[in-house]
Amino acid sequence: MPPEPTAQQTRPADAALNTGLGRVLLFVYGVFALSASARAIVQIITHFSEAPLAYLLSGLAGLVYIAATVGLAIGGARGRRIALTSCSIELLGVLIVGTLSIADKVAFPDDTVWSRYGSGYGYVPLVLPFIGLWWVWRHRSAS
Amino acid sequence: MNGPLSLVTIIAALVLAVWFLLRAALDRAPSRFDLLITLVLAVLVAVLVVVAIINLFTGTRPSEAATFIGYLITTIAFAPVAFYLARLEPTRWGNLILGVACLVLPVLVLRLQQIASVTGAA
Repeated sequence: MPPEPTAQQTRPADAALNTGLGRVLLFVYGVFALSASARAIVQIITHFSEAPLAYLLSGLAGLVYIAATVGLAIGGARGRRIALTSCSIELLGVLIVGTLSIADKVAFPDDTVWSRYGSGYGYVPLVLPFIGLWWVWRHRSAS
Repeated sequence: MNGPLSLVTIIAALVLAVWFLLRAALDRAPSRFDLLITLVLAVLVAVLVVVAIINLFTGTRPSEAATFIGYLITTIAFAPVAFYLARLEPTRWGNLILGVACLVLPVLVLRLQQIASVTGAA
């Protein structure tokens, strides 16, 4: 076993973007970056012609999650900007794609992470951008 | 993939998820025990993945073999990554990372079972 961290350390509320809750977000965004891009790659390679729009959006979702993960990982002013941009796109994406996937089923015959507001992923894709944006917004003055 | 080992893994992960979320709610940083038990779960998951890989060679292969292998890699790496991040985070959030990982692991195992059950005519 490696040396253990001493228990009960608490960080100040204005700690860096990539510590504390930020590290939890990093983990969750990392999982979504992996699952969304892997899904998109499989969809685009194996049956792209079936639903090109949905699969391209799948790919975009994957890229957005990767960007958010990177932003949260590097932290600082630049990481904050990257995370802010990607979380905003993510929020718009899940709202627009979520709405379109219900309204226009023809264009979305196959699921993406953002279909039906991310219901296939326990609505986490809908909640995540709000938490992400709140976290980034809390760090607006830091670094 | 549908054996008792999967079931044990799912139940163990869910029990640990409750434990870690409770620890996070009580504002506790990951203790030595918390980290150790995560490693035990990681070993359990590793055994499950190795059994699944052996089945790939001996048993029927799932029709979406590439996806299946992708999920296997994700699954085996999951607990170790959470362990690594939790060690970097000696606050309540470290336990939340472990809790989230233990909630996602059962989903990964269920997805593996789902993909494994679709074998098609090979």
